[in-house]
Amino acid sequence: MIAARRWLTLAPLALAGCSAGVLDPRGPVARGEKQILLDSVAAMLLIVVPVMLATVAFAWWFRAGNRRARYRPDWDYSGKLELLIWSVPAMIVLFLGGTGWVGAHLLDPRRPIPATAAPIEVQVVALDWKWLFLYPDQRVATVNRLVVPAGAPIHFRLTSATVMNSFFVPQLGSQIYAMAGMEAQLRLAADRPGRYPGIAAHYSGKGFSDMTFTVDALPAAQFTAWAARARAAPPLDEARYRQLARRGTVPAPLMFGTAPPRLFDAIVAQRAPAAERPRDASNQGESDAEAGK
Amino acid sequence: MTLLGRLSWDAIPLHEPIVMVTAGVLFVVLLGTGATVLLKGWLPYLWREWITSVDHKRIGVMYCLLALVMLIRGFADALMMRSHQAMAVGAGKGFLPPDHYDQIFSAHGTIMIFFVAMPFMIGLMNFAVPLQLGVRDVAFPTLNSVSFWLTATGVLLINTSLVVGEFARTGWLVYPPLSERAFSPGVGVDYYLWALQISGAGTLLGGINLVTTILKMRAPGMRYTRMPIFCWTALASNLLIVAAFPILTATLAMLTLDRYLGFHFFTNEAGGNQMLFVNLIWAWGHPEVYILVLPAFGVFSEVIATFSGKPLFGYRSMVLATLAICILSFMVWLHHFFTMGAGADVNGVFGVMTMIIAVPTGVKVFNWLFTMYGGRLRFEVPMLWAVAFIPTFVVGGMTGVLLAVPPADFVLHNSVFLVAHFHNVIIGGVLFAAFAGYTYWFPKAFGFRLHDGWGRAAVVLWVSGFYLAFMPLYALGLMGMTRRLQHYDNPAWQPWLIAAWLGALLILGGIASLAMQLYVSVRERRSLADESGDPWDGRTLEWATRSPPPPWNFARLPQVEGRDALALMKRGEAEATPDPLEPIEMPRNSAYGFVGAFFTYITGFALVWQIWWLVVLGLLAGFATTLWIAWYQPGEREIGVEELRALEPAA
Repeated sequence: MIAARRWLTLAPLALAGCSAGVLDPRGPVARGEKQILLDSVAAMLLIVVPVMLATVAFAWWFRAGNRRARYRPDWDYSGKLELLIWSVPAMIVLFLGGTGWVGAHLLDPRRPIPATAAPIEVQVVALDWKWLFLYPDQRVATVNRLVVPAGAPIHFRLTSATVMNSFFVPQLGSQIYAMAGMEAQLRLAADRPGRYPGIAAHYSGKGFSDMTFTVDALPAAQFTAWAARARAAPPLDEARYRQLARRGTVPAPLMFGTAPPRLFDAIVAQRAPAAERPRDASNQGESDAEAGK
Repeated sequence: MTLLGRLSWDAIPLHEPIVMVTAGVLFVVLLGTGATVLLKGWLPYLWREWITSVDHKRIGVMYCLLALVMLIRGFADALMMRSHQAMAVGAGKGFLPPDHYDQIFSAHGTIMIFFVAMPFMIGLMNFAVPLQLGVRDVAFPTLNSVSFWLTATGVLLINTSLVVGEFARTGWLVYPPLSERAFSPGVGVDYYLWALQISGAGTLLGGINLVTTILKMRAPGMRYTRMPIFCWTALASNLLIVAAFPILTATLAMLTLDRYLGFHFFTNEAGGNQMLFVNLIWAWGHPEVYILVLPAFGVFSEVIATFSGKPLFGYRSMVLATLAICILSFMVWLHHFFTMGAGADVNGVFGVMTMIIAVPTGVKVFNWLFTMYGGRLRFEVPMLWAVAFIPTFVVGGMTGVLLAVPPADFVLHNSVFLVAHFHNVIIGGVLFAAFAGYTYWFPKAFGFRLHDGWGRAAVVLWVSGFYLAFMPLYALGLMGMTRRLQHYDNPAWQPWLIAAWLGALLILGGIASLAMQLYVSVRERRSLADESGDPWDGRTLEWATRSPPPPWNFARLPQVEGRDALALMKRGEAEATPDPLEPIEMPRNSAYGFVGAFFTYITGFALVWQIWWLVVLGLLAGFATTLWIAWYQPGEREIGVEELRALEPAA
């Protein structure tokens, strides 16, 4: 009975899993998070389902019209029951608290992911309204397309050159805030080659809905080939960066053959070239400057 | 600098048909109401009996009315969002451009929390707490009127933004740096700041008032351990208001300094720190959740005990749980931003603290269940809300605890799963309680019941509409849909969003039922009349006086012999010999609240548009009003024994 109910409750979750969500993990971090999510739900259902059943049962049995139900107009205390109703939620919470504590440590965004492949470094900059990815080792850069070798741990350093944002690839796991003047770290990995959607998960203004990107996890050899090809693309120089930093969306992903070596650190230190601020300060907001065309 | 500051004809959004039509309708309704009031000669009555009233019951009713009106505004925003998202897939980008859509979700959240949930709960507390305590009014009646009118000022200011200028496009908590001048140059955030500062001051004053009332003004014999549980939850909630609202005021003041005077509290440049804002706003924001839900728990405790015909099970546990939640609510704010990268230890501590709150909350749920156990349950409309609440709230609690597990939050944060969670607890907890309390205490306030059939229709439509509207959002959150999207590319999301839209339509039916219920009840007030003053076989003192209660509530202050004071009296276990009648001191009406709020509105509007001479004028006028009240207003009048006997033949 309870198993059947649990299945029913989880059915929409199972359905949801089919479409690139957090229940369809493609990396160790996302897999760990899905496991914790399901374990926690199962533990809580142990208490939630009986409460729901009891609500219906008590409400039905003790209805005023039921002459078989015993009316106990003075019954308002029972020490044993009190002990029980404090200790049952406490026990569930003890279990969940343990799960949460251990999980927070095991899946800490900064914690290195054990893997045989060498980790790769990616620096992420949130711009209005596009993502800039800098590859310090390959010395290339992309916009709105993150290319990584499958199987290798990715070490992200993240910041923002504008308002707060959140970098999130649902199928790879943990999101993390990107904030100006600060640097966050995140480690993810993709199990297998594939294409995964990435999003901006913190509202950042008008162009927010279009601030999406794709993650392409390539086999290691193909990744090296891609990086070599990327180096032939036009460079990301200061003028180009200024243009990118302007408010606006980009219609398609961009690729740059070289990037200033310490651009990320300059952005964190807020010494990077700034975008021209929109002159227009009227109530109706700013113009739709389309950068990067 | 011009005479009108930043204000010009451009501020009227003539190019936005939706806004202009809404504004037109609003204008006609307001004009029509105003004309009716004037032509029918109701103005003196309204002025005397309501606008200048300092009676806690009248003020409570006005708070609830304000909340109901703003519920319609907030819901209109919700319906637009749901309709928009149901069609905004791929190339079809819906019917709301980002500029407008972003204002709508910001306004929806702000209005629903600050101007629906808050005034509704405060209204119920204002109305019922003094009656339940067996006293004649709150501690500071004129201040109470000031609190209400300041809240109304905030409401007026936020609605002004619909027609003159714009509202914030930053979300309901105006996270900087997006809300700084550099990124939001318009007046939207300024409207938000001043509307919240003004109504927040009112809320703080109201909190002080109710705390003082509960601590200092109980009927003879009403010891703390005999207070109805609603009074306990009101005490906890108002203590939280007193402790938390100054944080909101200070935080918004810092943002205001950034925006108006070029300070750098939260800017990107010059050492500003946005994390400071996020911490501070949630140091207020999380207690705020419990400010709303604790009185809701109180309402359900009263309703379930009354309609089960039993005392509340585990009174002491309930009090303990309430106070535990009150204290713990200040220790969990960081769970709103586990994804900031604070580190595993910090996240772990705040995750565990958050889960600990689930223990007292779970205890409350069990106490309600065991109150029903062994009862004789009457399924009147308030009880239906309560029975719908328990399973709904338990689901909301479960998803809340899930979000408190840091690794789960890493993938669910900011998703529509989160949106579903907080609507689950705020609609399923706070709003259902508001409707239960409204139906429960309505006959006390007006002397007739609300229509039963329409009430039942409202329960069915609201509950089914809630599930249809928000269960799909849970699924969508797991599918990776984040909140506040103006459009999206994934066609798999659309069927779920259409289902959510249908749910919103059912809720629309629920709201229409509530409106019909009020209309039908007023029309049929004679057949729905309640002469007894105790239509539900109540257990607490508010049912010991007639309906509607006289301005002094009780001709003689009741003698309290134990918990559920009225239930004891009905059994004859508390047969006290009636004391002789004594003269009663009653506060006089005061126009201070209304006039002061008028000048506050002028000042707020002038601050938004930076019309500095008007700011000065408004402040001076407000100050002069305060002086006038302080020196010339006669404070109280005495009702003699003879007069009282004539007015209260039963006493």
